[in-house]
Amino acid sequence: MSLIGATYDSAIAIAERRSGKLGSNLYVGRSSALLERNLLAVRSSTWLTVFSGFVEPVFYLLAFGLGLGNLIGGVTDGSGHPVSYAAFIAPALLATSAMNGAIYDSTWNVFFKMHFQKFYNTVLSTSMGPLDVALGEISWGLLRGLAYAIGFMAVITPMGLVPSWWGILAIPASLLVAFGFSSFGMAVTSYFKSFQQMNWLNIFMLPMFLFSGTFYPLSVYPEWLQSIIQAFPLWQAVEMIRALCLGQIGLGLLSHVIYFVVMISIGLVFTTRRLTALFMR
Amino acid sequence: MNSTKMTWQGAAQIVDIKKAIFWGPWYVAEQRLRNMSKWLVSLISFGLGNPILFLFAIGLGVGSLVDANAGGKAIDGVGYLAFLAPALLAGAAIQAAMDETSFPTLQGFLWEKNFFAMNATHLTPNSIVIGVLIASLIRAALTTLLYEIVLILFSAITWASVLPLFVSAMLAAGAFGAAMLATASKVVDDDGFFAIVGRFVIAPMMLFSGTYFPIASLPIYLQPIGWISPVWHATNLGRVLSYGLPIEPWLFAIHIGYLLSMFVGGSLIAGRIFAKRLDS
Amino acid sequence: MAEAMIKAVGLTKKFEEFVAVDGINFEVKKGEAFGLLGPNGAGKSTTMRMISATSQRTAGDLHILGKDPNQKGPEIRAHLGVVPQSDNLDRELKVWENLFIYGRYFGLSRAFLKKKVDELLAFAQLEEKRDAKTDSLSGGMKRRLTIARALVSEPEILLLDEPTTGLDPQARHVLWDRLFRLKEQGVTLVITTHYMDEAEQLCDRLIVMDKGRIMAEGSPAELIKQYSSKEVLEVRFGSTKNAEAAQNISGLGDRVEVLPDRILIYTEDGEKVLKQIVKLGFEPVTSLVRRSSLEDVFLRLTGRQLVD
Repeated sequence: MSLIGATYDSAIAIAERRSGKLGSNLYVGRSSALLERNLLAVRSSTWLTVFSGFVEPVFYLLAFGLGLGNLIGGVTDGSGHPVSYAAFIAPALLATSAMNGAIYDSTWNVFFKMHFQKFYNTVLSTSMGPLDVALGEISWGLLRGLAYAIGFMAVITPMGLVPSWWGILAIPASLLVAFGFSSFGMAVTSYFKSFQQMNWLNIFMLPMFLFSGTFYPLSVYPEWLQSIIQAFPLWQAVEMIRALCLGQIGLGLLSHVIYFVVMISIGLVFTTRRLTALFMR
Repeated sequence: MNSTKMTWQGAAQIVDIKKAIFWGPWYVAEQRLRNMSKWLVSLISFGLGNPILFLFAIGLGVGSLVDANAGGKAIDGVGYLAFLAPALLAGAAIQAAMDETSFPTLQGFLWEKNFFAMNATHLTPNSIVIGVLIASLIRAALTTLLYEIVLILFSAITWASVLPLFVSAMLAAGAFGAAMLATASKVVDDDGFFAIVGRFVIAPMMLFSGTYFPIASLPIYLQPIGWISPVWHATNLGRVLSYGLPIEPWLFAIHIGYLLSMFVGGSLIAGRIFAKRLDS
Repeated sequence: MAEAMIKAVGLTKKFEEFVAVDGINFEVKKGEAFGLLGPNGAGKSTTMRMISATSQRTAGDLHILGKDPNQKGPEIRAHLGVVPQSDNLDRELKVWENLFIYGRYFGLSRAFLKKKVDELLAFAQLEEKRDAKTDSLSGGMKRRLTIARALVSEPEILLLDEPTTGLDPQARHVLWDRLFRLKEQGVTLVITTHYMDEAEQLCDRLIVMDKGRIMAEGSPAELIKQYSSKEVLEVRFGSTKNAEAAQNISGLGDRVEVLPDRILIYTEDGEKVLKQIVKLGFEPVTSLVRRSSLEDVFLRLTGRQLVD
């Protein structure tokens, strides 16, 4: 039965080509196989569930933007220009969309795969390396985050809530945000062992969503609270995307980019380490 | 094998069947409450933590924008916090009732199938339905009281409105709990159930029910969400009862009637689905 | 033929203070079926995981096809087919997709896999289940699919951890038949099991493990010959009389083992010993004469039963 393999590369030949390259024990350049797997798996899942994650921020936009907007009128943005309340919260909800999409797959789904489906045991018994797995799963989370963000952008742009052309850059910015949350989310999840611990994630996410300058400028808080909130990733994301959507371009944007690059790297390193420790001990 | 001898009088001697049937729902509720007591600490910390978060973030944060724009008595002649309080309270009560009707029902039919075990005793499907509802109302009552303590501390409500607001919140909890129980008892595949209910039912219900702003400030095409939502009926009722929002008598009657009939209707439907599923 | 596929010297694995595998030596040759026999906790699965290059050894040397798994993990894994103890099929994928995607993890081309998947579905007798979800498969089907999955990369070594645990007798025989076919094709099999009948059926050579050490090594027949007698007489006297009877018949046969519920007498002629017992005035409630098995070898080596 092994005759048909003659014209194709064997698993061994493929593996030996990588041999000797730096880090070939950790990474064999095949994280795309995991994306392929997830793409096949998602076809059989409930699309309504996937769609539901996109809808939630839209509901917030409609309720707060339309309903509360009438009561609030306008807000002054970072550089003192007045904007409508809807245009103020829309970029924040865009950032939240990117975050949510990234988080769903990289936290709860990873948790189930890790502890109930023994998925990573299976993958790591093939010639894949732990960094392939980390990158593959994180990219998958990132793609969902990006999809939500693009969808949300398609809702708010026709509503006139993205006044500046710089707003186009909110899409790559969302990619960065989704990458950061996906990477960090999977790293944190990989250390959790029980549902109770996973619930801590939810407990952490809600206040971050509510307090990160999403619905009102941070200036309503005392300074000590402001500086705590500024350390959190959602605030970084909201600030970056809001500045782009409202066209306030400055060097300050760079600090947010650096923040997320660091977040991505930390997430990747710890996820890989943890996968190695858990499944290759 | 140990040859210890069991005492054995027989079921006919030790089970008082009339008493057992009469109190059946309470035994079911007892089972639920024992289960709940394992999580008592997290229930209490959620019960307190959640309202505090929302009060800070929305009540004070968004409230500062609203009050700054339209003055301290912009909505219904009261401050934003007073306006918000009955809505948050109804929302919290509903959330508690939802937790105690959805999870146990999926557990009972799907995950651990303990409803089938209960049904194998003298307990009837109806006594299970009533028992689960009793337990969920007790949980909702606990949450509501905790929430009210926080609201008092924030000066969002007055002492005089504690009791009336408790009643309106419990009406909401009963109505939604019964409806949720009927829905959850239909579920055969829980894949995505909580995500879909949470995002397509709970989220819009909490957002478009006149919770954070009067329902009238929404475009007309979004207002019907509020009309069918128990949150709106309970919230408006709460506003009438707490700060004396003027109301037409017929609307007052509709609020109470809607919530009560949702409670009764939901329970009856749940009973019927339970019977079908357990005795087939 | 005598090329060593796997060679372990002083192989040791510790988890903190607990020594799971305690300096074992063995060699697996090309094309043979090699068994690791022992009770739960003997260190079989840990040994398997080190061989499968998913667990780093604490001490000693291990070479698989001449390579060190600590250095060349992915490369070694490309030579191996792994069938884990519990089926960890991908429940979100269909039957054929399970095979296809597993091949993609090895970097195999889609064109190759299209053909390979059909071939493996036939081998596993699962053609009709091609588009089914894995949840709808029976235990035996799941196991066959797991084995087929391990074959997708045409491995030289197939590692099977407790391959038939939890299967009914018929499903076990179907599975054994498939494994024989693989062996005929020259695939090296490494099998852990705590079923002696499985070890006797499948293995050319095996090691008996207990508490992380190797107690004995050889072919099933050699081991039985060396550590047991030709026949075994099993007698039961009922829970109250066992001990008394045991004292009186202890001189019969080559060796007597007293278990909580029965007495085993090792002898060349079971029927003869049974007559002697009756002559002594002991009437067993039940009696059975059977051939010696690896179970008896294990009892002899460790003083304990294999399956408790």
